[in-house]
Amino acid sequence: VSTTTDIPRAEFLESALEPQPERRRRIKRRSVNTIIWFVVLLAITAVVLYPLVWLFVATFKPSSEFAQNPGLIPENPSFDNYIKVFEGIAGTPLWRFFTNSLFIAVMAVIGTLFSSALAAYAFARIRFRGVRVLFAAMIGTLLLPFHVIIIPQYILFNKLELVDTYWPLILPKFLATEAFFVFLIVQFIRNIPRDMDEAARIDGAGHIRTFTSIILPLIKPALITSAIFTFIWTWNDFLAPLLYINSPEKYPLPIALRLYNDATSTSDYGATVAVSFLALLPILLFFIVFQRFLVDGVATQGLKG
Amino acid sequence: VSLETQSIASAEAGSETVRRTTRQSDGGNGKRNGGNGKATVTPGRRSANRRETIAGYGFLAPWLIGFLGLTIGPMIYSLYLAFTRYNLFTDPEWIGFDNFIRMFTEDPQYIQSVQITLVYVLVGTPIKLAAALGIAMLLNYRNKGSSFFRSSFYAPSLIGASVSVAILWRAMFSTDGPVDRSLSLFGINVGGWVGNVDLVIPMMILLAVWQFGAPMVIFLAGLKQIPQELYEAAEVDGAGPIRKFRSVTIPMLSSVIFFNLLLETINAFQVFASAYIISNGSGGPAGMTNFYTLYLYKRGFADLQMGYAAAMAWALVVVVAIIAFILFRTQKSWVHYAGENK
Repeated sequence: VSTTTDIPRAEFLESALEPQPERRRRIKRRSVNTIIWFVVLLAITAVVLYPLVWLFVATFKPSSEFAQNPGLIPENPSFDNYIKVFEGIAGTPLWRFFTNSLFIAVMAVIGTLFSSALAAYAFARIRFRGVRVLFAAMIGTLLLPFHVIIIPQYILFNKLELVDTYWPLILPKFLATEAFFVFLIVQFIRNIPRDMDEAARIDGAGHIRTFTSIILPLIKPALITSAIFTFIWTWNDFLAPLLYINSPEKYPLPIALRLYNDATSTSDYGATVAVSFLALLPILLFFIVFQRFLVDGVATQGLKG
Repeated sequence: VSLETQSIASAEAGSETVRRTTRQSDGGNGKRNGGNGKATVTPGRRSANRRETIAGYGFLAPWLIGFLGLTIGPMIYSLYLAFTRYNLFTDPEWIGFDNFIRMFTEDPQYIQSVQITLVYVLVGTPIKLAAALGIAMLLNYRNKGSSFFRSSFYAPSLIGASVSVAILWRAMFSTDGPVDRSLSLFGINVGGWVGNVDLVIPMMILLAVWQFGAPMVIFLAGLKQIPQELYEAAEVDGAGPIRKFRSVTIPMLSSVIFFNLLLETINAFQVFASAYIISNGSGGPAGMTNFYTLYLYKRGFADLQMGYAAAMAWALVVVVAIIAFILFRTQKSWVHYAGENK
């Protein structure tokens, strides 16, 4: 269906009929269009990516320079900001915030994959009483503003004395509360022909067997997409750790960043900028490596990103 | 199974996701009614049904526990709290509709919060979607080389809600920051946007528009599904680019537009981290970044007025439900699904 396959053929037919100079002019116009296309898109790219480039370069600016030099190039580049931030803040070294974030994100990925894949299999492949209503309810939670549950959830975890632990951040992931991923995997399973698992069923395989040996290997792309998105969203998440985590040594990066932002934004801008960049770095690397999975995942399922 | 299958699956891009969910539920219904309607249910069949039910709920158990314990239960409880006064330490005290009455009559901060959130959502979302559609069409013009741009444009969507980007945005738009200096070159001296009552919402909207990549990717998948013949036919009929856009692109893309509009609107209501960081948690200057979620957070968790915050949350649910309802109801008149003859 792509446009590239259709255009050359049409052009060939036309060019056979039209006189030579005309044809040369057409080709010329086409390449001029392509050049304009590239230039326009490069300009948009420059605007879109400029803030990120600025952030990266700014990490090498000494704090004193921010007020006079908002431009891209630092006048006196140095690693001072990095050296300073590695000491950490509030008596906690910087690496600690990274490992905290990493732990939460990895647990979230494991929990989400486990619970979402199981639920998705049930929704997509098992016919049982109530499945239709439950599926509609699951879709409903996709559109539900989270505001309505954060207060009672907080009260619940407070009653269970789980505030200032990672449980409130991780437990919901093991219970598939992010309906987006259930939905994504359901859609993926529905695209798998039923013949394969029906054959397995006839051979006497139960649902557990069918799930683990037929479906699970086939939905790997959906699982990878879910894993990457879960990792990134959890890594970026601000509200949940803001609510639940009180001790600085348990802070994940976004909350630690707020600490830098509050404590040093006036006096030590360089440090704040450097930590901001370091916090984004894993995500950006993830993105560069897995961009096809991410972008195709969005194209397929319309994830919110 | 390579990624290609997934790309092919995007034959049913965002557009179809909405339709398929509705269609699927009908399909399931029909089949199951057929099964139940059978007069002779053999014992073997009944035990098979029971096995299926056990298996179904077994697989669904983690989700079901989460759904009941962390979604439905809390929803009901917060609905109850909305009619109480509750500070987390003493028992909730039933006060009827007082919270709601107070919200709309005695709380100018709430009214302001609603206003700026509505401005942010109703101005920001259309601009973001227009940018997404425009650039998607630009990318669709040529296949070769477009994937680099597609990825570059998508990157901000991935990180836009993070604290880092909020800090970055504040730096970009502060007094004598890059944006201020660049505008001065053109003789526009506005100073910092962050402390400016008139410019802080436009700044937040720009941050939202900067994340146009996610809806753009969905639009692009939709554009690739439009049969080229439709454009050729329109051309034969003498349609120019604007006419083609109005009479081919928009109708063929309407289901994707609907999907993006619904998601982006609901997401926009939930903006939090950037408003919190940009205003240092205060919602300032003069309450102009006191977006709904931030105000709810402050009322609930800083002032410990949990009942009031729960009432705010339910007021938002009602608004979002109304918007979703309007979008779903009106889609019949403007959303065209492939295969329908209208």
